[in-house]
Amino acid sequence: MKVLVIAEHDNISLKSSTLQVVSAARKLGNEIQLLVAGHDCAAVAEQASHVEGVGRVLVCDHESLAHQLAEAVAPLVIQLGSNAAAILAAASTNGKNLLPRVAAMLDVAQISEVMAIIDASTFVRPIYAGNVLATVQSSDPVKVATVRTSSFAAAQIVAEACAVETVEPRSSQTQSCFVSASHSTSTRPELGSARVVIAGGRGLGSAENFHLLDQVADKLGAAIGASRAAVDAGYVSNDLQVGQTGKIVAPELYIAVGISGAIQHLAGMKDSKVIVAINKDPEAAIFQVADYGLVADLFTALPELAAAL
Amino acid sequence: MKIVVAVKRTLDAYVKVRIRQDRSNVDLASAKMAMNPFCEIAVEAAVRLKEAGVATEIVVVSVGSDKVQEQLRGAMALGADRGVHVQADDELESLNIAKLLRAVVEKEQPSLVLLGKQAIDSDNNQVGQMLAALCNYPQATFASRIAIADGQATVAREVDGGEQVVKVTLPAIITTDLRLNEPRYAKLPEIMKAKKKPVEVLTPAQLGVTLRQHLKLVEVNDPPPRKAGVRVGSVQELVAKLKNEAKVIA
Ligand SMILES: Cc1cc2nc3c(=O)[nH]c(=O)nc-3n(C[C@H](O)[C@H](O)[C@H](O)COP(=O)(O)OP(=O)(O)OC[C@H]3O[C@@H](n4cnc5c(N)ncnc54)[C@H](O)[C@@H]3O)c2cc1C
Ligand SMILES: Nc1ncnc2c1ncn2[C@@H]1O[C@H](COP(=O)(O)O)[C@@H](O)[C@H]1O
Repeated sequence: MKVLVIAEHDNISLKSSTLQVVSAARKLGNEIQLLVAGHDCAAVAEQASHVEGVGRVLVCDHESLAHQLAEAVAPLVIQLGSNAAAILAAASTNGKNLLPRVAAMLDVAQISEVMAIIDASTFVRPIYAGNVLATVQSSDPVKVATVRTSSFAAAQIVAEACAVETVEPRSSQTQSCFVSASHSTSTRPELGSARVVIAGGRGLGSAENFHLLDQVADKLGAAIGASRAAVDAGYVSNDLQVGQTGKIVAPELYIAVGISGAIQHLAGMKDSKVIVAINKDPEAAIFQVADYGLVADLFTALPELAAAL
Repeated sequence: MKIVVAVKRTLDAYVKVRIRQDRSNVDLASAKMAMNPFCEIAVEAAVRLKEAGVATEIVVVSVGSDKVQEQLRGAMALGADRGVHVQADDELESLNIAKLLRAVVEKEQPSLVLLGKQAIDSDNNQVGQMLAALCNYPQATFASRIAIADGQATVAREVDGGEQVVKVTLPAIITTDLRLNEPRYAKLPEIMKAKKKPVEVLTPAQLGVTLRQHLKLVEVNDPPPRKAGVRVGSVQELVAKLKNEAKVIA
């Protein structure tokens, strides 16, 4: 059974989320093909060829694919995947942008944020901000699904490389074009795959105060996250938002500071292995999911924590 | 320029959902319902485009049981001019909803279709992209800024690494993210006026759409509960527990 996996990358390096999607794909088929669609992306294809379990890397290198716009990538995915048992991508903003378009073109359903694969047509996925897990069964010939990467182990990187095949681009669409991108630069680990995440909420009070998290993050090698209230208030940029409508994380350790624990926030972090909450309100909902709760003023607790680590 | 806005009736965002005892589905029998928050943002975006003189007419459409007319009225109280109610089951799959919306789009011929990026019940994040595919329109998903000029929309998108700006030719599909705007509240006179605005009721058959089931809901379950945590009295105690008990820091 062939499974087509859409590689997540920035034309320079393969994103680690691809490794988890490959693990999910291996539960659905034994012939895994990894599509690298991009521009000047030879290095990504090379990395992709070393992912354990991948039988073939398909690389489509063309300037029309430089920004992986859905209008350009979808026809390519259809061409390569319409005879596959499944087409999978990470439940990233890229995957979510692309796969529903692909599914509709194939006249099949799309299954979002798959957390578990029960059999080749039965999947578990979260609904209602993760407060309910739905088991759904698909009767479609091709299963098109995005994968919640935090729910699957990463495939290994191996020494031997599989075959890399070049494919031609499909469309010369002019409906949409890329204008610009602004990427937040950070030397910290990626939020989605970090071992430790420290996240701040409205309780931090200002963009300046938000830097109080830095010292602790430095000591722990942690990624920094935020609640929506902190993003809305402009303390940090939107790509740090954790939650139902932000990033879903499941690190070994999640430290929530000055976050009340709204269901939309919990949706993004409650599968973390160990949760610490620091909040001055003993009634805050975040304490209901915290393994270790500290009722304290964050302005004294954070410097103390940085010093104690 | 005409704008079509698709809105969904969903469980109120601040209500906790319960599942039925037989686990066949969630229990919405007496739950508080509302317009999906992302759809409110889509309606607000349309109203602002009309206020700015860019749009001339706003048609709001919802697919579902008769109860969705409540949300259509709500959208009209915020400034939509008229409503289209497509009569269907409340639990239709995304692809079927997209097919019904395509039929409405073909009928209405708007320059722009606005949808929420995600319904907070299904958490699907699909209908806009599917509609774009079915109409063969470009798509700008997860919008946090929209500017319309010269038959094109320039849209800032919230993506994983930060922000991406794309330009799409109209007609196009745009799905809204939370930071696009802050929706206004309806004022009483507007609510009264909205009661008189027209709502067209259509069936899938009238729209020439055959619905097909692709997915079966086998069961629903509560997520595994987390084991009860403990309170620590000090930062020192916290660090000691993380080191020696949880063993997550060295
Ligand atoms: C459709 C929708 C989607 C949403 N998606 C998301 C999402 O993806 N992610 C998300 O996070 N939210 C999301 N939200 C918003 C969510 O409902 C909450 O409003 C938000 O999470 C609150 O953020 P907060 O906890 O930082 O702020 P608040 O609820 O204001 O909590 C601040 C906390 O800080 C504590 N505090 C204040 N000062 C101190 C101090 N000095 N020391 C210690 N503690 C202090 C307070 O006790 C309080 O508990 C969404 C909402 C909707 C409607
Ligand atoms: N039943 C419906 N009627 C009208 N619009 C809908 C319906 N379901 C979904 N939508 C639109 O599609 C968006 C995304 O929903 P979803 O793909 O289900 O997460 C919503 O925010 C609405 O704009």
